[in-house]
Amino acid sequence: MSSENKIYFYPLWLRIWHGINALGIILLIITGISMNSGFEKSFISFKLIITVHNYAGVIVTLNYLVYLFGNLFTSNKKFYIVKPKNFLKRPMKQAYYYAWGMFHGMQAPYPLSEKRKFNPLQKYTYIAVMYLVVPMVIVSGIGLMFPELIFNKIYNISGVLITAVTHSAMGFFISIFLLIHLYIASIGKSPVDNFRSIINGWHHITKK
Amino acid sequence: MKVFLSILLFLSCFTFATRTMAQYYDDPKNHDCLKCHSQQTYSFHNDMMDTEQKRLMNPYLIIDTIQLRNGVHHNFDCTDCHSYEYTTYPHTATLKLEPLSTCLDCHGGDESYAKYEFEKVQEEFQKSIHYKVYGDNFTCAKCHNQHYYAPAARNSSSVVEIVEYSNKMCLSCHNDMKRFSLVSGETKPTVVAIHDWLPNQELHFQHVRCIECHTVVVDSLMVSHNILSKENALRRCAECHSANSMLKASLYKYQNLQERAEDGSVLGMLSNENYVIGSHQIPALKILSLIIFFAALAGIIIHLTFRIIIKKK
Ligand code: HEM
Repeated sequence: MSSENKIYFYPLWLRIWHGINALGIILLIITGISMNSGFEKSFISFKLIITVHNYAGVIVTLNYLVYLFGNLFTSNKKFYIVKPKNFLKRPMKQAYYYAWGMFHGMQAPYPLSEKRKFNPLQKYTYIAVMYLVVPMVIVSGIGLMFPELIFNKIYNISGVLITAVTHSAMGFFISIFLLIHLYIASIGKSPVDNFRSIINGWHHITKK
Repeated sequence: MKVFLSILLFLSCFTFATRTMAQYYDDPKNHDCLKCHSQQTYSFHNDMMDTEQKRLMNPYLIIDTIQLRNGVHHNFDCTDCHSYEYTTYPHTATLKLEPLSTCLDCHGGDESYAKYEFEKVQEEFQKSIHYKVYGDNFTCAKCHNQHYYAPAARNSSSVVEIVEYSNKMCLSCHNDMKRFSLVSGETKPTVVAIHDWLPNQELHFQHVRCIECHTVVVDSLMVSHNILSKENALRRCAECHSANSMLKASLYKYQNLQERAEDGSVLGMLSNENYVIGSHQIPALKILSLIIFFAALAGIIIHLTFRIIIKKK
C-alpha cells in the first residue's frame, strides 16, 4: 500500500470533535428515548437519566463550538462549499449510484480526492445536520434546561410543548442520520476502513 | 301631587328592593358593612367625645369586593352569616365569640350539593395531617375563604389557572409566617428550601399543584383532601413522568381537562398547555417516527443484502 493512496482527511481537532460528539450523541439518544418512553421502571432512575442527558447535552454543545470554529478558521470548510451548478442533479446521481450503479459495475461518480472529501449527497447531509438540525436541538435543549427563557404561549399552544416537540423531533432526525451515517460509512474499501480513517485521520482512496 | 309622590316612593322602594336582591355589593360605599370593611380607613362619630373620627381598618378585616362578587356566596348578604347585631358600631365585644356556620352546616346532606361530595370531603379531611394535628380548629375556611371561594378546578379549563388557584391556598399559610403560626408552632415557612431537591422548582410550582404529591388520590373525589404528612409525600420523579402518570389520575380527572388529555390528535395535544415529559406522547408523531425508523432500517438491510450477494458472486 503506497502512501499516495492515502489522504490525511481528518485533522486531529476534527477527530477529537467527532469522537466526543459521537459518544455524546449516543448517550443523548439512549437517555432521551428512555425518558420519553414513559417507562416507569428502568434500570437507572429517571433522575440519573436526566442528569446524564443534561451533562452530555452541555458537552455536545460546547464541543459543537469546536466544529463551528474549526470549520470557520481551517481549510476544512472548503469541503462544505456547495456549487449551485446542478444543485439537485449531483446528489441524485450519487443516490442513483448507491441504489443501482454500485451493484452494476458503475464507477463512483464523485471519487474522493484532495479537493473532494465528501460526495454531494454526503455533503448536503452533513450541512443539513450540522448547521440546521444540531443547532436546533441545541437551542431547544437550552430552552428546556432554562424553561423561564421560553415563551409561555404561542397562540394557544404551550411554548414548553413546542420546544419539547422540536427537541425530540430534531433528536429523532439525528438518530436516523446516525443510523444511515454508520451504514454508509461501512461502504468503503473494506467495511471497517472508514471507521479507521475517522480515528487515525488517513483515508484510502481508489486511484483511477 | 300626593298620589304621584307616593307612586314614586313605591316605585323607588321596589327598584331598591330588587336591586339589593340581585346584588348586595353593587355599591360597597353605601353598604352598611362594606362602607368600612372594603376601605383602608373608616370614619365614625365618637359619641363619647362627640367628634368625627377617622381610623385605619385592620387589613385582615378588609374585604375585596371584586373577589366577593365573583365568589360562589355572592348571593348572601354579610348578615346572613354574621350576626345582625354587627350593624351597630362599635360592634359588641361578645359577638367575637359567637359560632359561625361551618360549610357542612349548610351544605351537609343537601341533595342539590350532592355532586360536591361535602361529606366525603369531610371524611377525607379528617384523615389528613391538618386535622390530625390541629383538630376542629382547622376549619375549611383555613384554606377555602368563604368570602371569595370559586370552584376553579371545576370551571377553568386552563391547567395553569387551576394550579395557581390551588397552590395559592396552600401558600397562603405555608409561605406566610403570620398565618402559618396560627396553626403551627413553627414560625418559619421553608417551602422553597424543603423543595430544593426538585429540579426546575419554579416550573413545577407553576404547573403542578402541591396536592398532586401531598395527598392520597381518591377516585370518588375531584380534589383529594387527605393531605399527607411530609414524610409520606411523593418524591419519585417517575410517579408523574411515566406512561401511567399519577397526574392523569388527579389533575386530568376533571372532565374539562380530560377531553383534551385524551384527544390523541396532534391538534388536541398541541392545545394542551401542560406538557409532562414521559407522560405526554403525541401518538401521531410516535407512529410517524416509528415508520421513518423502520423504513430507514429496511432500506439499510435490503442494501446490505445486495452488497453481500454481489460480493459473493
Ligand atoms: C458511533 C458514532 C459515529 C461513527 C462510528 C461515525 C463515523 C464516521 C466516519 C467513519 C466518518 C468519516 C467518513 C465520512 O466522512 O463519512 C465520519 C465523518 C463525519 N461524521 Fe460521523 N460517526 C459517528 C457519529 C456521528 C455523529 C453523531 C455526527 C453528528 C451529529 C457525525 C457527523 C459527522 C460529520 C459531520 C463527519 C464529517 C466530518 C468532516 O470530515 O468534516 N458523526 N463519521
